Amino acid sequence: MNFLAITRATLSKDMRLEWRSKDAINAMLFFSLLVVVIFSFAFDPTAEESRRIAGGLIWVAFLFAAIVALNQTWARELRNQVLDAYRVSPAPATPLFLAKAIGNLIFVAVLEALMTPLFIAFYKLRPLGAGWQLIPIAFLGTWALVVNGTFFAAMSLRTRAREIMLPLLLFPLSIPALLGMVNATTAILTGETSPAVWIALLVAYDVVFTTACLLLFETVLEAE
Amino acid sequence: MADTQSTPVIVAEGLIKQFGRFAALRGVNADFLAGKLYVILGDNGAGKTTLLRTIAGLAQPSRGKITVLGSDDIKASSAQIGYMAHPSLLYDEMSGMENLRYFAELYGLKSGEVDRRCRAAITSVKLDPDLERPVGQYSQGMRQRMSLARALLNDPKLVLLDEPFSNVDARSAAEMAGLLAQIRDRGKTLLIVTHQPAQLTGHADEFLWMESGRIVNRTTSLYGAPQ
Repeated sequence: MNFLAITRATLSKDMRLEWRSKDAINAMLFFSLLVVVIFSFAFDPTAEESRRIAGGLIWVAFLFAAIVALNQTWARELRNQVLDAYRVSPAPATPLFLAKAIGNLIFVAVLEALMTPLFIAFYKLRPLGAGWQLIPIAFLGTWALVVNGTFFAAMSLRTRAREIMLPLLLFPLSIPALLGMVNATTAILTGETSPAVWIALLVAYDVVFTTACLLLFETVLEAE
Repeated sequence: MADTQSTPVIVAEGLIKQFGRFAALRGVNADFLAGKLYVILGDNGAGKTTLLRTIAGLAQPSRGKITVLGSDDIKASSAQIGYMAHPSLLYDEMSGMENLRYFAELYGLKSGEVDRRCRAAITSVKLDPDLERPVGQYSQGMRQRMSLARALLNDPKLVLLDEPFSNVDARSAAEMAGLLAQIRDRGKTLLIVTHQPAQLTGHADEFLWMESGRIVNRTTSLYGAPQ
């Protein structure tokens, strides 16, 4: 079995389905937009205060918005029980997981690319540290969210209240990653400390959880 | 041919499948020979679909043993199995050809072969491979036939079909039954779960009657049913 070919085929199928339905992207965009607007009305921070709170606001908004995409990922496989067609095929489980996680990474990255300029405009943000470091932080942080999110969304797939189950499982486990993302972002925005230790935490978190999810996914997929 | 036909492709020994306290299969013992068309009958809840899902590898037996195409590991034989479920197992937002191209990749078909095999599978169920409409806009009968095309895509030795005639008009059902008989004539083994066995009279080699998770009778004619 060609692992890469199956990953690519599943990813391109998911992109095509999302392009046609726009279920996940639209829901995530509206949700994040609401968060930005409501927070901007709720607080009226100075430029200095903005730098201190923006990291937390941005990542919490993205975390909640990502839940929408994560739930959609597997919901689409449940309609017409299409997941069974994958399970009866000789294709191994891992490419399915990898394609779903990469797909979610792309959806959330698109959301981040669209929403970050709005955050900057609403909160008048200007980083005092090395701004380019926000790119690897965004990548590592987003991967941390989607890799666990994709895994736990698959785990809660057959539960009755899966929309509730996913955040219940995902949020507690995401706390170390969230700490890393928020503190690294704040460190860059304020320029007061180095984000290195938080970036290292994110790298370690991503390696550990990506490995665990890849190893355990087959068990989750074959569970009845 | 005679040798092939005397080889069992499925052997079930004391197969038990439990969902919590409920036993859907209660000790199924059966073998199914190559190149035959079997029809599995029974009331709702008799265990027909569970038996089919267990053979397909979608359900793990709680106890007992099942050998499919000579292997205890059904995943290892899955390239030789075609499975058509009651739901379509197709993405509604994609066309039939797009669906089949994706599933062809899962079966590891070579890129040069994918289009030819997909077109052949769609044509074999009398649908148009160039139809660009998404499957969600197909009629129920067309969806059933596309679902059958997906099950036949990998040219399987064993084809498992769950309610292939449901929501299909009488003429399409008769056409489909004829097509299934042709597949059997090419040496494939077919297991068909249905509530409409009359469609397969004259085509089926054997009828199996299930009741409360057991096979209670096997007959070569539909009229050999237990009362």
